[in-house]
Amino acid sequence: MASRHPFVELYTSRVREIWREPEVLFWIFGFPVLLAVGLGIAFRNKPPDEIAVAVIDGPGSAAVVETLRAQPGFKVDAIAPEEAGTSLRMGRVGLVVVPSDPPEYRFDPTRPDGLLARGRVDDVLQRAAGRVDLLAPKDSPVSEPGGRYIDFLIPGLLGMNIMSGGMWGIGFAIVEMRSRKLLKRLVATPMRRTHFLAAMMASRMTLVFFEIALMLVFGWLVFDMVVRGSLANVVFLSILGAFSFSGLGMLVATRAQKTETVSGLMNLVMLPMFVLSGVFFSSDRFPDVIQPFVQALPLTALNDALRAVVLEGRDLASQVVRIGILLAWGLVSSVLALRFFRWN
Amino acid sequence: MASAIQVRGLRKTYAGKQPVEAVRGLDLDVPTGECFGLLGPNGAGKTTTVEILEGLLPPTVGDVRILGLDWAHDQRALRDRIGVTLQETKFSDKLSVEETLRLFASFHSHARPVEDVLAETGLVEKRKAWVVHLSGGQRQRLAVASAIIGDPDLLFLDEPTTGLDPQSRRQMWEIVRALRARGRTVLLTTHYMDEAEKLCDRIAIVDHGQVIALGSPAELIRSLGCDHVVEFALEGETPPDERELEELRKLPSVRSVRTEAGAIQLAVAEPHVTIPALLAHVARGTRPLASLNTRQASLEDVFVALTGRHLRDG
Repeated sequence: MASRHPFVELYTSRVREIWREPEVLFWIFGFPVLLAVGLGIAFRNKPPDEIAVAVIDGPGSAAVVETLRAQPGFKVDAIAPEEAGTSLRMGRVGLVVVPSDPPEYRFDPTRPDGLLARGRVDDVLQRAAGRVDLLAPKDSPVSEPGGRYIDFLIPGLLGMNIMSGGMWGIGFAIVEMRSRKLLKRLVATPMRRTHFLAAMMASRMTLVFFEIALMLVFGWLVFDMVVRGSLANVVFLSILGAFSFSGLGMLVATRAQKTETVSGLMNLVMLPMFVLSGVFFSSDRFPDVIQPFVQALPLTALNDALRAVVLEGRDLASQVVRIGILLAWGLVSSVLALRFFRWN
Repeated sequence: MASAIQVRGLRKTYAGKQPVEAVRGLDLDVPTGECFGLLGPNGAGKTTTVEILEGLLPPTVGDVRILGLDWAHDQRALRDRIGVTLQETKFSDKLSVEETLRLFASFHSHARPVEDVLAETGLVEKRKAWVVHLSGGQRQRLAVASAIIGDPDLLFLDEPTTGLDPQSRRQMWEIVRALRARGRTVLLTTHYMDEAEKLCDRIAIVDHGQVIALGSPAELIRSLGCDHVVEFALEGETPPDERELEELRKLPSVRSVRTEAGAIQLAVAEPHVTIPALLAHVARGTRPLASLNTRQASLEDVFVALTGRHLRDG
């Protein structure tokens, strides 16, 4: 049988190795699903919370308690005056009503539940006192797929997975091969070094296919998630992300001799992105001063582009800056890695 | 005949706070078709020398020509024509023997059929086995298989049998003999004298980064001036003193005397002359013989005679 092209052999070998390593498969496929299940449960859509209100005992308090209890959505307690301060401070109630005439509302205006309770309680008491509403607006509750936390989360988890998969899958594997002297053995052959590095990256980009499929099918089955944009664009962005992060993984692994060293380096590179790049919450929450830095991070670009396609149905043309950022990270880091790579 | 390896004035100094001179002026000529051994203790500079010849390390000073080419200009052509085993390469655990060989075959322009190499290295039955499930001897044979898959003109084997059991060592020797029979040049390093003696046409004994003796095993042993060693021990713990050793040195046909682990070794030219005299000498003393035996002189004796140390002492 004639030999196949060295790139093909290197690539198939690498895919086989990954496929035959159960731990690797767990970190790539099992871990993100468990994370999504956990967070999905924590942030599932619950019925709206009841508003907790306390009414201070005294003349007229019984009437106020009764009026409020007659309305849905309130949890009303009658308490002694000395308990009022503690209940507010401990957050047991959002509002304390002193049943004087006119009534007095005690609440913390910086607490959203305090403000909400004040508005709702005041409405009920005003109507009970005879106020007539001039408008009768119609309420239309919205809770459709696309706007929930889990919809925000899944593209972020996919991005995070592409990052850690690329970094670990390439960086760790390269350093391990170096410490086993396998890299040295390979450069003692006529193998082209670019073939080797390209095969490593290609194997990673292949794996990403399965990762996207898994996350999206999981999101669809369990959380009724929908992809508003084109699936092909999601695939394109994910593969581009895999390219970007395998370049970065290669760069981190360029000189390291021990797997401990490279693990530390990778965490150093990935930690800021876990925090800043909008995996679990939007990166817009960070101050404007650091936004240019946050936006230039490859994971921010990947997460934001994935969300734009998945949640908003945007096309690739609208994401050209983010695509450019990902491409630049991948190209610059792989060129640098190839230049300074330590083979033995 | 053309030289497969030609080395002139090779030096290698590892930089550092205390620079290490691993190779200190080494010359080598290995003609095509020869099996050549670098024999020396651990730390003698064998591996450094071999890695320079393999183009994996740059020399500090010196001229190296491999198959008439040099590493600076003909790197790819050379890589295609040499085969290499390193000390302790660990191939990917989860690839099979056959997959590993196909991978290495793909790098070479005129690779041999995987079947042939499997057969030659005794790995046919293990072709589907993952590397992680191979024994030490099988892994070492896979290392050799990966080195010969490209049909090299020149094969480098760095300590091919270190750590192997006797049976695996013999299998390895058979593989090397078969290669030599096919007219390939082999350069191997070892710190086992029996290995060097059995496999190599010529040997360079290396110590402290220099060649201290060069020749065929027979020539090297002959250079001792005596083919035999008479080894004996006396009852009791007391080591012999200088005066006693001096008397032994005066016995007929004895060339040199040394002590080792309570025993006394005499390098002798004609044991049948020495032994009766030795027995008479012992009979005159107070302590009887505890043991007596004779053996052929070996490369180990050559090394000890040259350096005063044993190969295994390092």
